[in-house]
Amino acid sequence: MSSLIRHPKDFFAGLMYAAIGIGAILVARNYNFGTSVRMGPGYFPTILGGLLVLVGVISMIRAFTREGERIKSISWKEIVLVLGSVALFGVLVRGAGLVPSLILLVLISAWASDKFKLKTALLLAILTSAFSTLVFVKGLGLPFSIIGPWFGV
Amino acid sequence: MEILANLSLGFSTALSLANLFYCFVGVVLGTLIGVLPGLGPVATIAMLLPVTFHFQPVTALIMLAGIFYGAQYGGSTTAILVNLPGEASSVITALDGHAMAKRGEAGKALATAAIGSFIAGTIATFLIALFAPPLAEMALKFGPAEYFSLLVLGLAVSIVLAHGSLLHALGMIFLGLLLGIIGTDVNSGAERFTFGQPWLADGVNFVVLAMGMYGLGEIINNLEKKGTRDLMLKSVSGIRLSWTEFKHILPSILRGTAVGSFLGILPGGGAVLSSFAAYAVEKKLSKNPIPFGEGAIEGVAGPESANNAGSQTSFIPMLTLGIPSNPTMAIMIGAMMIHSIQPGPSVLTEQPALFWGLIASMWIGNFFLIVLNLPMISIWVKLITAPYHLMFPVIIVFCSIGVISINNTEWDVFMMAFFGFAGYLFSKLECEPAPMLLGFILGPMMEEYLRRALLMSSGDFSVFFTRPLSATLLAVAVVALVVVLLPSISKKREETFKE
Repeated sequence: MSSLIRHPKDFFAGLMYAAIGIGAILVARNYNFGTSVRMGPGYFPTILGGLLVLVGVISMIRAFTREGERIKSISWKEIVLVLGSVALFGVLVRGAGLVPSLILLVLISAWASDKFKLKTALLLAILTSAFSTLVFVKGLGLPFSIIGPWFGV
Repeated sequence: MEILANLSLGFSTALSLANLFYCFVGVVLGTLIGVLPGLGPVATIAMLLPVTFHFQPVTALIMLAGIFYGAQYGGSTTAILVNLPGEASSVITALDGHAMAKRGEAGKALATAAIGSFIAGTIATFLIALFAPPLAEMALKFGPAEYFSLLVLGLAVSIVLAHGSLLHALGMIFLGLLLGIIGTDVNSGAERFTFGQPWLADGVNFVVLAMGMYGLGEIINNLEKKGTRDLMLKSVSGIRLSWTEFKHILPSILRGTAVGSFLGILPGGGAVLSSFAAYAVEKKLSKNPIPFGEGAIEGVAGPESANNAGSQTSFIPMLTLGIPSNPTMAIMIGAMMIHSIQPGPSVLTEQPALFWGLIASMWIGNFFLIVLNLPMISIWVKLITAPYHLMFPVIIVFCSIGVISINNTEWDVFMMAFFGFAGYLFSKLECEPAPMLLGFILGPMMEEYLRRALLMSSGDFSVFFTRPLSATLLAVAVVALVVVLLPSISKKREETFKE
């Protein structure tokens, strides 16, 4: 199978378009399609979904006829650390407050670099959270608690 | 001389103390992020949007605009000295600029970039002043069919300009249009693609999408590349040009300005494309004995003038039609809407001080840039050497705080992380995010104009072809697409983008 697909990037991108397009059409079936004179909420998404499926199918067919590079390996470590630290920030910022969640955000995301050193990362975390507190909370008055309710403050 | 009266109104607005100060802040910030590879104007303006809530609208726009064109200046510095584009629009400058730096002519290359940008910026400012009012007047006559066709043209142009495969650009546009639909439908009140989640009822915020794709997605991409940087920092001296050298590059600057000004106006155009096109023009016309790619000074002068001119004239469709020609302009529209100004032809008549003040500030900002940057070059050079492993966590922090402060909800943070992942996967599949963002921005407008046009024509699609202006716009879109699909041109296009 995989030897038949000569252009993996085209194939998987096409698969993605087609899948999202089909999904969009299916979901849009719940909305009133209307007529061309009075477009319902389902009209535009259904057309777009159809066009997306069309592009996807062409791209997939093309993947069998054109030569292309392999997809380079995915860097899971970087993804998990960078995006995980951001998501964790979202979870923590209300309860734990700005400073603790920022320190964790910097420490975990910095770990994604191969030049990571705990000492410099800690220093960076402290400086960044101090700066952010001064600028965003004190200076611009954004509504963050510096240390959150979880710490009983 | 109406134009003089307008410009003097503009300068009196832009020269107020607060506006001068924030114009200065904007261009310095812009240069800073332009110099730093891996942080672009879209993400920066998105991050600073919450900061400008308390400003006067004109002050906010002046600062944000300064960031945008300031970034073009900064980007060229990095391109010339490090062979690493600080901005996407400087990719092409790196070719000959860095080759000049290797020959010990870094100063000359930097001076060329700065002077070219300044001349281009000045001319572009006058072009905006000249062409925006008649265009706004024409736009007042636009019906829904014309607007729809204009949006189609914009999307078609963005396909033409996409670097990679045309098919993928098309796919990404449809994806973006679909993404723009998420949320409550303004007409029927139906919640579409929200899966019953209240945090999706208002749709996806553009800033969340842009920061995910351009901020986080880029960071993961950069972390993956563990390449060494080819630094050329020792040889920066003599940042000036002789009169003969200036006369030599002036035609290139003017050609670059013309190309950039024209492409900047087109929806989907702007700084990046302008620099590519100007490079192609210079390459064709050059009589320089030094081949392009090995340090030809025209290869710096043309594209650098073009990207600055293009970044400024891209304000024309935004201010007169309310149509963003690139992601940065979309954020500017967001900024105007925050201050409850609806971008479009009425801005010119209802907010003349804002309109002309912004334009005048661009010239002032360009002046700041040339006066400040040449002496301050050594500071920027030091910044380039700032280690990325210390920089990217700070960018992540600013993105996170910026996103959460828009609507004060953590769901936006989670969505940003999701789009970061999507952006990374797209780059693996060589699907560019720019057409998708354009589709996302234009999607709701497009649906609305389609609906209105069809309502007025009783469902007859021929309305788009029978109204002359609409038909012309669509014809241009078709021609643009057909031209890139012609085998001979598409081959040339691949060559241009490969360089």
